[in-house]
Amino acid sequence: MKEARVIMDTGAHAAALAVKSARVDVVPGYPITPQSSIMEAVAAMVENGELDARFIPVEGEHSTLAAAVAAAAAGARVFTATSSNGLLYMHEVLHMAAGGRLPVVMCNVNRGIFAPWTLWADQQDSFAQRDTGWIQYHCSSNQEVFNTILQAFRVAEQINIPVMVNFDGFTISHCLMPLTLPPQEDIDRFLPPHKPEWRLDPAHPSSFSNVTNAAEYAPFRQMLSSDIMASIPLVKQAAQEYKDITGMWDGDTIDAYRLEDAEVVAFAVNSMAAELRLSIDILREQGIKAGLLRLRLYLPFPADDIVSALPQNAQVMVLDRNYNFGHPGGILAAELKSVLFGRRSDITVKNRVMGIGGVDLTRRYMAAEIRAMMDE
Amino acid sequence: MTTSIKQLPDNEQVLSGNGSCGGCPSPMALRIVGKALGPNAIMLLTPSCAVASMGMTPRLAYNWPCINVCFATAGSSASGIAQAVEILKEKGRLQGELPTVFNWVGDGGTYDIGFQALSAAAERNDNIIHFCYNNEAYSNTGVQRSGATPRGSFTTTTPGGKRQPKKNMALLMLEHDIPYVATATVAYPGDLYDKVVKAKSIPGMKYIEILAPCYLGWQFDMPDTVQMSRMAVRSGAWLLWEAENGKISFNNPSSFIVSGIKDADPVDEYVMKQGRFNRLLKGPDAAQRIAEIQGDIDRQIAFMRERAKITI
Amino acid sequence: MKSVTKAYRPISWPMKGSGGDTGSWRSHRPVVDTKKCSKCQLCWVYCPEAVIDRHEITIDYRYCKGCGVCAKECPTGAISMEKEE
Repeated sequence: MKEARVIMDTGAHAAALAVKSARVDVVPGYPITPQSSIMEAVAAMVENGELDARFIPVEGEHSTLAAAVAAAAAGARVFTATSSNGLLYMHEVLHMAAGGRLPVVMCNVNRGIFAPWTLWADQQDSFAQRDTGWIQYHCSSNQEVFNTILQAFRVAEQINIPVMVNFDGFTISHCLMPLTLPPQEDIDRFLPPHKPEWRLDPAHPSSFSNVTNAAEYAPFRQMLSSDIMASIPLVKQAAQEYKDITGMWDGDTIDAYRLEDAEVVAFAVNSMAAELRLSIDILREQGIKAGLLRLRLYLPFPADDIVSALPQNAQVMVLDRNYNFGHPGGILAAELKSVLFGRRSDITVKNRVMGIGGVDLTRRYMAAEIRAMMDE
Repeated sequence: MTTSIKQLPDNEQVLSGNGSCGGCPSPMALRIVGKALGPNAIMLLTPSCAVASMGMTPRLAYNWPCINVCFATAGSSASGIAQAVEILKEKGRLQGELPTVFNWVGDGGTYDIGFQALSAAAERNDNIIHFCYNNEAYSNTGVQRSGATPRGSFTTTTPGGKRQPKKNMALLMLEHDIPYVATATVAYPGDLYDKVVKAKSIPGMKYIEILAPCYLGWQFDMPDTVQMSRMAVRSGAWLLWEAENGKISFNNPSSFIVSGIKDADPVDEYVMKQGRFNRLLKGPDAAQRIAEIQGDIDRQIAFMRERAKITI
Repeated sequence: MKSVTKAYRPISWPMKGSGGDTGSWRSHRPVVDTKKCSKCQLCWVYCPEAVIDRHEITIDYRYCKGCGVCAKECPTGAISMEKEE
């Protein structure tokens, strides 16, 4: 029985190691800061034989995802990664991947979007893909990136829906953190070989996505809608079994911290939610009963888990690293309010937009902001 | 020797009763392509007449596994499938002969929106065949101008006639230094068949462009599809050539025209049989417009003749 | 084949008549005069619809759209286009 290994590694390289552990077959890739490090690492693994896969150096992100979904239709396990405007450029193909029920896993390294240019993190890119039919995880540590990619493949291939694994540019992608690598046989036990139930097969010719009339189109869209919702138990099961096998746990749909008796609850995603744990500790030291509800699964939005996790009469401080243009505040606040409406009238929701384009979010700053919001 | 019609295989990959217009050159050409490729192939399509006519879910007119992909992505999508089947075979998860991966894409998906991804697939030399069935316009959406529309042609977005000449797409593909490029057209099925058989046998990126006269877009009589194809070649408006490893050779009858053994037919008759040209040739500038069309053809013949001499 | 494919993906299977009984589109039907036919198979090779038997030179009228390419290309004039009733 092999032991797990602990190394120091960046989030981007942790993602590449997860791709290797998942025994991926095809990886199309195109550079964009800060994602490029993932593709560079994968290309090197393919070149030196560590990863038995094909790396396809395409000419743009639209083609990246096109090659990915086509390879998936041919029966391969496929990974790719992008960021920011690259993700936006893929938008059309994101819809095609989900509508076509092709279980691609893609990392999006969160970065603010043009214009003006920024290189640093916010969640405008991934949240703007809300209605494309993808499952979306948002990760808060390098370890969670590694773990989640493996869980994502399992969920994607179980339900034939593509999965996006999001994490912040630089803060996660380029910072070294300890990374535990489970033995490969444990990962193989968790993630069995990909056996697609349909593929492009000359021995059994069938075609994918001909024109449909309205009576046929509508049921496919309805099934996609209901199947995305049905992925929540699979997400939970994947997290639990991953824990059973590796001992590691990042939460499932949500990740709670000091939440049980909390009167003030911070609600956020990604690396700022990791820092928020420290803000919660500060607030607790100040005598405020604070807690954290980190959203790990943005889509499907885990309404039931959130509704049941929030303590009675809590004030929820939604810290959005994005804008909900045309509405006041951010996107997470709007999403949260929509699931609380009619179910939890005891809850108060307050909202701040912060950290846009990589503005530094320290534990003290966020603790002070939460305090200020309490008085509003 | 060109394969004779009686030597063509029996297999039919295009099934009767598909949704294409009567006299459509796309299934006409695809039947011949299918005889050359056989059933062990995977077909990719981008939005086009070939998609509109392939049958509505759950019915399929083509006897291959087919995938409809986003309009701009024929090149990259085909690369994804070609690479996938190769690695799956290497890993023992795919049995038997590797299938031929091919695109069946119109001129819009080749010359215009698909150009970038196709260029990249060619530069990577991925193992695919890209077929462009070129009807010289966006016929499926109601005959709008494309990069393949020749000068002087009416389309719904060039109501006064297109003022620019078409691209030489096949030559552009050749300049990617890919192992095989060919042009063909429906009037010469043996020539098309032989080119597809050859392309199938060559690893790497192959490009075959098939002139596909569209009676609706070109505005000629429905039974004349093959005749228009033949007139295009005889007038030199369409040249039949192929290039293996960069060396161009012309096929009959274009070889006679390019070498000067036989004069090309004047373009007048070809042009005047098509409403897309002749509706604009009623005014006092008719002779000048025809001269412009003839000039584009003459220049292309002269240029290709000289280009073929470069055999480095 | 269908049993291995879940209904949630838009899949189609090869079949004749994917566009319906396209013979109903026809305004004129090709009729072969076997006495004039030289069995050169040009009509078969140019038929966009694959409705002509290459050996018997018979036509599947269920799907023939009546485009007239076969009649136009026939070198012996063995195919005539007759108006549908």
